[in-house]
Amino acid sequence: MIPFKYECPDSVEGAISLLRQGNARVLAGGTDLIPQMREGRRSAELVIDLKRIPELTTISELTDGGLAIGAAVSATKIASHPRIASAYPAVAASVRLIGSLQVQTRASLGGNICNAAPSADGVPAVICHKARARIAGPEGRREIALEEIFAGPGRTTLGPGEILTAIVLPAPEPCSAAHYLRFTPRREMDIAVAGAGTWIKLDENGAIAEARITLASVGPTPLRAPSAEARLIGEKPIQSLIEEAGRLAAGDARPISDTRGSAEYRRTLVSVLTARALAACCGSLGLEVEAP
Amino acid sequence: MKTLIRCTVNGEEHTVLADPRDRLLDLLRGRLGLTGTKEGCGNGNCGTCTVLVDGEPVNACLMLAVEAPGHEIVTIEGLSEGSKLHPIQEALVKHGGTQCGFCTPGIVVSAKALLDRNPRPTEEEIRHAIAGNLCRCTGYDKIVAAIAAAAAEMAEGVEK
Repeated sequence: MIPFKYECPDSVEGAISLLRQGNARVLAGGTDLIPQMREGRRSAELVIDLKRIPELTTISELTDGGLAIGAAVSATKIASHPRIASAYPAVAASVRLIGSLQVQTRASLGGNICNAAPSADGVPAVICHKARARIAGPEGRREIALEEIFAGPGRTTLGPGEILTAIVLPAPEPCSAAHYLRFTPRREMDIAVAGAGTWIKLDENGAIAEARITLASVGPTPLRAPSAEARLIGEKPIQSLIEEAGRLAAGDARPISDTRGSAEYRRTLVSVLTARALAACCGSLGLEVEAP
Repeated sequence: MKTLIRCTVNGEEHTVLADPRDRLLDLLRGRLGLTGTKEGCGNGNCGTCTVLVDGEPVNACLMLAVEAPGHEIVTIEGLSEGSKLHPIQEALVKHGGTQCGFCTPGIVVSAKALLDRNPRPTEEEIRHAIAGNLCRCTGYDKIVAAIAAAAAEMAEGVEK
């Protein structure tokens, strides 16, 4: 590892002005960055620790009923936050899938996003919840749909000198539920071969008014499954429908074959996981729907 | 360039020189001589370097030494009182929950973190709590039994 300087600014502006100094990287939990730097996969002459910046290390309740999760807040803090656990249980459960308990003490949701691994377990549930990404940079602040931050494996759309400051979860919508499921050969400490996050909202007649499906590990970035989402709209959630949505999601996936699984295997997993996650959403809404 | 940092380890305050590249693991083993914390994989997979940071388990290989100021760090050396072992350590000895012993310090620290927040864990909760600690001798059953026994003994001690 090449020598680097370490700075821990106490404001977003301070971090951004340090970032302009060239070969710098920001440090949140460090669970990806530290091994990457030690293994020579990433290098920096300056490491900017974001954990002394209050805006990045707090979870704040917004006036519209939503939440802003500071980009450097740890998975453990997110999972144990009472409002997240009660209003966004799929988010709490999915950050609990990141690495081990030891990793979760350090790892941040912002880091899980900006490391931009297509397999990131923390991501599908927040995309399903229509999360927004707050970004700050030399040109000022902007906000985008979270899914627009992903450019490819290990790459984001953040510009030079920009950082993710918070993940904004809109207020939970009535008659809605989300769920994330992944498949790993081992029960713990493993990387998803495929994952599926689902969110549905029912109308007053019990039909699906809105649906969002986000897939992990089956494309260069986390992927929405538009044809599966479209198929669900206006329909009552029953077994044949969620199974069909699963098959359509498998078609929306763009998996590759690698050491963790073949493309065909991943499509099969997407089909099953999507249907099961949809069934779990139904269960949260008091509807019993069988899943494959 | 090395910087002076102040950190609290096992209740004692230390002022040490740290290179920004040093991990907490390097600080503990190399500068403070606390070699009970082991280095295994060095990338957060095996858990043998587990220490407590503000009561929560952390891989000491995934944290920089310069991140330590302001936090209470407890290592395996901080759990026993002199030659009197912690009940978790006693239970591991009694149940044969150690084989080669290399994963043991991390297991003890993870078990401590579990029992501090959940004094009466189920077997499943124990297995989940040590999921980030790999034992390549694969002696998990005895480790789980030892942690369960330690939990029972410590709970009894509280009730007495």
